[in-house]
Amino acid sequence: MPMVASEIETLIKASIPDAEVTIRDLAGDGDHYAARVVSRSFEGMSRIRQHQAVYAALGGRVGGELHALQLETAVPNTENLSE
Amino acid sequence: MSDAQIRIEQLVKSNDVVLFMKGTPLFPQCGFSSRAIAILERLGAPYETVDVLQDPDIRQGIKEYSDWPTVPQLYVKGEFVGGSDIMMEMFEAGELQQLVGAEA
Repeated sequence: MPMVASEIETLIKASIPDAEVTIRDLAGDGDHYAARVVSRSFEGMSRIRQHQAVYAALGGRVGGELHALQLETAVPNTENLSE
Repeated sequence: MSDAQIRIEQLVKSNDVVLFMKGTPLFPQCGFSSRAIAILERLGAPYETVDVLQDPDIRQGIKEYSDWPTVPQLYVKGEFVGGSDIMMEMFEAGELQQLVGAEA
Protein backbone atom coordinates (compact mmCIF):
# COMPACT_ATOMS: atom_id res chain seq x y z
CA MET A 1 0.00 0.00 0.00
CA PRO A 2 1.67 3.24 -1.10
CA MET A 3 2.45 5.94 1.42
CA VAL A 4 2.72 9.61 0.65
CA ALA A 5 5.96 11.42 1.37
CA SER A 6 4.35 13.90 3.76
CA GLU A 7 3.09 11.01 5.89
CA ILE A 8 6.63 9.67 6.25
CA GLU A 9 7.89 13.10 7.26
CA THR A 10 5.08 13.55 9.79
CA LEU A 11 5.78 10.18 11.41
CA ILE A 12 9.51 10.85 11.70
CA LYS A 13 8.95 14.30 13.20
CA ALA A 14 6.41 12.92 15.66
CA SER A 15 9.12 10.92 17.40
CA ILE A 16 12.19 12.99 16.46
CA PRO A 17 10.82 16.54 16.83
CA ASP A 18 13.96 18.44 15.80
CA ALA A 19 14.47 16.30 12.70
CA GLU A 20 15.11 18.01 9.42
CA VAL A 21 13.59 15.60 6.92
CA THR A 22 14.12 15.55 3.17
CA ILE A 23 12.16 12.96 1.19
CA ARG A 24 12.62 11.99 -2.44
CA ASP A 25 10.27 9.68 -4.30
CA LEU A 26 12.74 7.51 -6.21
CA ALA A 27 10.43 5.66 -8.56
CA GLY A 28 7.29 7.79 -8.54
CA ASP A 29 5.29 4.80 -7.30
CA GLY A 30 4.84 5.87 -3.68
CA ASP A 31 6.80 2.82 -2.59
CA HIS A 32 10.47 3.64 -3.05
CA TYR A 33 11.65 6.67 -1.14
CA ALA A 34 14.93 8.15 -0.08
CA ALA A 35 14.98 10.06 3.17
CA ARG A 36 17.64 12.20 4.71
CA VAL A 37 17.13 12.85 8.40
CA VAL A 38 19.26 15.32 10.32
CA SER A 39 18.85 15.57 14.07
CA ARG A 40 20.86 16.53 17.13
CA SER A 41 19.39 13.52 18.90
CA PHE A 42 21.65 11.30 16.74
CA GLU A 43 24.74 12.68 18.39
CA GLY A 44 26.85 9.92 19.91
CA MET A 45 24.75 7.19 18.28
CA SER A 46 26.22 4.64 15.87
CA ARG A 47 24.89 4.62 12.31
CA ILE A 48 22.92 1.49 13.12
CA ARG A 49 21.24 3.17 16.12
CA GLN A 50 20.46 6.29 14.07
CA HIS A 51 18.76 4.24 11.39
CA GLN A 52 16.95 2.16 14.00
CA ALA A 53 15.60 5.38 15.55
CA VAL A 54 14.09 6.34 12.19
CA TYR A 55 12.71 2.83 11.63
CA ALA A 56 11.16 2.97 15.10
CA ALA A 57 9.60 6.34 14.29
CA LEU A 58 7.98 4.72 11.26
CA GLY A 59 6.51 2.08 13.54
CA GLY A 60 7.29 -1.09 11.66
CA ARG A 61 6.22 0.20 8.24
CA VAL A 62 9.67 -0.14 6.71
CA GLY A 63 10.01 -3.56 5.13
CA GLY A 64 6.23 -3.91 5.07
CA GLU A 65 3.83 -1.16 4.01
CA LEU A 66 6.84 0.84 2.91
CA HIS A 67 8.85 -1.58 0.79
CA ALA A 68 12.12 0.21 1.07
CA LEU A 69 13.45 3.44 2.38
CA GLN A 70 16.89 4.53 1.31
CA LEU A 71 18.08 6.24 4.44
CA GLU A 72 20.75 8.73 5.29
CA THR A 73 21.13 10.13 8.78
CA ALA A 74 23.34 12.87 10.13
CA VAL A 75 24.00 15.12 13.10
CA PRO A 76 23.77 18.82 12.13
CA ASN A 77 26.88 20.32 13.71
CA THR A 78 29.37 17.61 12.79
CA GLU A 79 28.16 17.38 9.22
CA ASN A 80 30.71 19.71 7.73
CA LEU A 81 33.54 18.25 9.77
CA SER A 82 33.05 14.77 8.37
CA GLU A 83 33.35 15.91 4.77
CA MET B 1 16.60 -19.56 20.91
CA SER B 2 14.62 -20.76 17.89
CA ASP B 3 16.08 -23.02 15.25
CA ALA B 4 16.31 -20.09 12.79
CA GLN B 5 18.16 -17.94 15.32
CA ILE B 6 20.65 -20.74 15.96
CA ARG B 7 21.26 -21.21 12.24
CA ILE B 8 21.70 -17.46 11.73
CA GLU B 9 24.14 -17.29 14.63
CA GLN B 10 26.16 -20.11 13.08
CA LEU B 11 26.24 -18.37 9.68
CA VAL B 12 27.29 -15.08 11.22
CA LYS B 13 29.95 -16.58 13.47
CA SER B 14 31.46 -18.94 10.91
CA ASN B 15 31.93 -16.40 8.09
CA ASP B 16 34.12 -13.30 8.35
CA VAL B 17 31.97 -11.43 5.84
CA VAL B 18 28.41 -12.59 5.21
CA LEU B 19 25.58 -10.82 3.42
CA PHE B 20 21.95 -11.84 3.92
CA MET B 21 20.30 -10.81 0.67
CA LYS B 22 17.42 -11.38 -1.72
CA GLY B 23 18.67 -13.56 -4.57
CA THR B 24 22.26 -14.44 -5.38
CA PRO B 25 25.31 -12.34 -6.26
CA LEU B 26 24.72 -13.13 -9.96
CA PHE B 27 20.97 -12.60 -9.77
CA PRO B 28 20.07 -10.19 -6.98
CA GLN B 29 16.28 -9.90 -6.65
CA CYS B 30 16.19 -6.39 -5.25
CA GLY B 31 17.97 -3.12 -6.00
CA PHE B 32 19.31 -2.81 -2.47
CA SER B 33 20.79 -6.31 -2.51
CA SER B 34 22.28 -5.54 -5.91
CA ARG B 35 23.91 -2.41 -4.51
CA ALA B 36 25.29 -4.34 -1.52
CA ILE B 37 26.87 -6.92 -3.85
CA ALA B 38 28.39 -4.15 -6.00
CA ILE B 39 30.05 -2.71 -2.89
CA LEU B 40 31.38 -6.11 -1.78
CA GLU B 41 32.75 -6.72 -5.27
CA ARG B 42 34.54 -3.38 -5.14
CA LEU B 43 36.05 -4.34 -1.78
CA GLY B 44 37.52 -7.46 -3.30
CA ALA B 45 37.47 -9.40 -0.03
CA PRO B 46 35.93 -12.87 0.04
CA TYR B 47 32.33 -12.99 1.21
CA GLU B 48 29.49 -15.44 1.70
CA THR B 49 25.87 -14.76 0.87
CA VAL B 50 22.61 -16.20 2.18
CA ASP B 51 19.53 -15.95 -0.04
CA VAL B 52 16.66 -15.22 2.34
CA LEU B 53 14.12 -15.85 -0.43
CA GLN B 54 15.04 -19.54 -0.23
CA ASP B 55 14.22 -19.78 3.45
CA PRO B 56 11.20 -18.05 5.06
CA ASP B 57 12.49 -18.82 8.59
CA ILE B 58 15.79 -17.08 7.90
CA ARG B 59 14.00 -14.25 6.10
CA GLN B 60 11.91 -13.49 9.17
CA GLY B 61 14.55 -14.54 11.69
CA ILE B 62 17.28 -12.23 10.41
CA LYS B 63 15.05 -9.20 11.09
CA GLU B 64 14.65 -10.29 14.70
CA TYR B 65 18.31 -11.26 15.08
CA SER B 66 19.53 -7.72 14.38
CA ASP B 67 16.35 -5.75 15.18
CA TRP B 68 16.56 -4.42 11.63
CA PRO B 69 13.50 -4.45 9.37
CA THR B 70 15.06 -4.90 5.95
CA VAL B 71 17.34 -7.08 3.84
CA PRO B 72 20.19 -6.89 2.77
CA GLN B 73 22.12 -7.09 6.03
CA LEU B 74 25.89 -7.27 6.27
CA TYR B 75 27.80 -8.98 9.09
CA VAL B 76 31.54 -8.70 9.49
CA LYS B 77 33.47 -10.77 12.04
CA GLY B 78 30.28 -11.69 13.85
CA GLU B 79 28.95 -8.12 14.13
CA PHE B 80 25.98 -6.56 12.37
CA VAL B 81 27.25 -3.70 10.21
CA GLY B 82 24.05 -2.42 8.59
CA GLY B 83 22.04 -2.38 5.39
CA SER B 84 23.06 -1.13 1.96
CA ASP B 85 22.82 2.57 2.87
CA ILE B 86 25.23 2.19 5.78
CA MET B 87 27.47 -0.01 3.61
CA MET B 88 27.61 2.76 1.00
CA GLU B 89 28.33 5.47 3.57
CA MET B 90 31.08 3.37 5.14
CA PHE B 91 32.53 2.42 1.76
CA GLU B 92 32.70 6.06 0.68
CA ALA B 93 34.39 6.96 3.98
CA GLY B 94 36.90 4.11 3.58
CA GLU B 95 35.66 2.50 6.79
CA LEU B 96 34.27 -0.65 5.24
CA GLN B 97 37.62 -1.43 3.63
CA GLN B 98 39.26 -1.18 7.06
CA LEU B 99 36.60 -3.30 8.69
CA VAL B 100 36.97 -6.23 6.31
CA GLY B 101 40.72 -5.74 6.07
CA ALA B 102 40.67 -5.21 2.31
CA GLU B 103 43.45 -3.41 0.49
CA ALA B 104 42.38 0.15 -0.31
